[in-house]
Amino acid sequence: MSAPLIWIGLPFALGILLLLVPRDHWAAWLGGIFAAFLSLLALLAPTDTALNVFGLFSLRIESTVSLLGRQVSLTPAAQLVLVLVYGIGAFWIFGGLAVGNARRLAALGLMSIALLTASLAIRPFLYAAILIQGAVLLAVFMLAEAGKPAGRGLIRFLVYHTLSLPFILFAGFLLSGVEVGPRDLGIVLQAAILLGLGFAFLLAIFPLSTWLPMLAEESSPYMVGFILSTFPTFALLFGLNFIDRYAWIRESEAFFQVLQAVGLLTALSGGLWAAFERHAGRIFGYAAVVEIGLSLAAVSLPDRMLGLEIVFFMIVPRALAYGTWAMSLAVLRNAAPDLRYQSLQGLARHYPVATLGVFISLFSLGGAPLLAVFPVRQALWEGLSAQGFLPALWMGLASLGLWIASLRCLAVLTMSPENTEWELRETPYQRVMIAVGVAAMFVVGLLPQWAAPLLENLAGLFSQISR
Amino acid sequence: MIELLHWLAAILVLFTSIVLLLSRDWRWSLVVLALQYLAIFPLFLIHWPLTMSAAKLVTGWMAAAILGITLNRQADVVPVRSNRIFKLVLALVVAGTVFQGASVLGEWMPTAGLPLALAALMLIGQGLLQLGMTVEPFRATLGLLTTLAGFELLSSPLDNSVLVAALMAAVTLGLALAGSYLLTLQFEPAPEVVE
Repeated sequence: MSAPLIWIGLPFALGILLLLVPRDHWAAWLGGIFAAFLSLLALLAPTDTALNVFGLFSLRIESTVSLLGRQVSLTPAAQLVLVLVYGIGAFWIFGGLAVGNARRLAALGLMSIALLTASLAIRPFLYAAILIQGAVLLAVFMLAEAGKPAGRGLIRFLVYHTLSLPFILFAGFLLSGVEVGPRDLGIVLQAAILLGLGFAFLLAIFPLSTWLPMLAEESSPYMVGFILSTFPTFALLFGLNFIDRYAWIRESEAFFQVLQAVGLLTALSGGLWAAFERHAGRIFGYAAVVEIGLSLAAVSLPDRMLGLEIVFFMIVPRALAYGTWAMSLAVLRNAAPDLRYQSLQGLARHYPVATLGVFISLFSLGGAPLLAVFPVRQALWEGLSAQGFLPALWMGLASLGLWIASLRCLAVLTMSPENTEWELRETPYQRVMIAVGVAAMFVVGLLPQWAAPLLENLAGLFSQISR
Repeated sequence: MIELLHWLAAILVLFTSIVLLLSRDWRWSLVVLALQYLAIFPLFLIHWPLTMSAAKLVTGWMAAAILGITLNRQADVVPVRSNRIFKLVLALVVAGTVFQGASVLGEWMPTAGLPLALAALMLIGQGLLQLGMTVEPFRATLGLLTTLAGFELLSSPLDNSVLVAALMAAVTLGLALAGSYLLTLQFEPAPEVVE
């Protein structure tokens, strides 16, 4: 058995099969259980290690296979990513049962995750850009809703992601002769410009982030949430691979200064726009912009290992917040004609659990104490403060924007006439899923040490950065 | 003789990329797209073996066919919103910039050759122009296919890996499929709500 077959081939094949399963909830249960199993397997059975299964037989999962002359390899260092990504995948697929579209999410979601995992495994890593593009194309089928013409956000999502591919590939081809160091500054400069453009498109860096709020406004919040919790994470991992691979990037102080400025500008733009926004869906998009910006700021910290830990630590709290928020928004979207504030006014009396989900998730992403994102935000804020007042101020303003958006959202949702009766109109399954998400945000926030065992192998994943 | 063929191909690319931008009839657009893939075929042959170049040609034609089949079933008219003269002026501005850029590119990548550089930059420039002027799925797909073809042509002197060529062919077909799916949504009536 080889790891690429188990964590890439099988989920991709199952994704195709799930499209043929007759009932939506069967597809979701099958997909969710399989994703959870893969996450657990990654946790319990690291690759290239012989395991004695119940004293009956020995099992060893080979990390590498060869495909068309190239290596596809999931080393033990990738264990952390596999556990996280398939765990998060299971969480989203099970959540899909509460809000509809379960089959589309289970089938195409599993296929996307498999392709994104392959992007981490392929050698040379440059080819990851093409695999990420494959996942983007699958995402188009997830995001487009039947009977509704594709909106501007979806078209821009497709265009921007597709444009990133040739820029990154071309830069990689140029750099293939500059493996060791900057022997040819001209080529390095050209490649750096192309790479910068490619990643600006891929990661939705300001000002190329306009599609995010548009997409969040037009498409199903739950599908958008899934896309936003997986794609930027893998795009960032891909970017980290570049930093890890090329010494001239890794050792350039100017690069990290630019990265920090760009990251904080992106976060600030998202936070400010979120504070003034009057559409709950678009706020979701802006919050994602803030998250992307802060992830870039984390990578730019002078203590590179701390930056990596923050990036990886963020993955689960962010997925929890996105998941709970997206599910709550999906419930509200079914109850109101759209997610504009004037349509949502007073819905808290009829949908209190969904209202709680929206409020707590947004507050968590804002970095409120006791909630999941707080420990990691605090670490990042400390790191930025050590570099000066201005970076810390920018981050503070970005978070403040999300706090204001959260309070405005709560105010609108609770603004109902005096004698409106309280009701629970969410389905029992929706109530349970949102409540579990909210509770998990508190638990993860109160017990941040949960991530320590997972982060042990992090240095192996990016051996050069962590030195 | 071969050099002349390369120049003819580059001139054909110049023509097709501008016509693709100006064309209002989807049938003509797809014919021109197919011609465009035919034109870049001899340019790929400069650095790639015949089989890989032919795969690129066939993939492009298949992409055009996928879009054609979808539109044939769905609609006679694909909406176009902007003025042709305005587009032509912009296309000529881009063409002028490309002529300047191609000579600079020749210095960066001397192995590429001027016809290839000219054709590749023209495809990238006109493709990006197309993308900048539309949010229609059909036009956006044409723009993406054109831009991607330009980048692939430009990178052909740098990389001739079979795996990359195969994956890029899959991306081209995937783009055509995604584009045609979005087109079906554009023309599909909204499902009736059952009370």
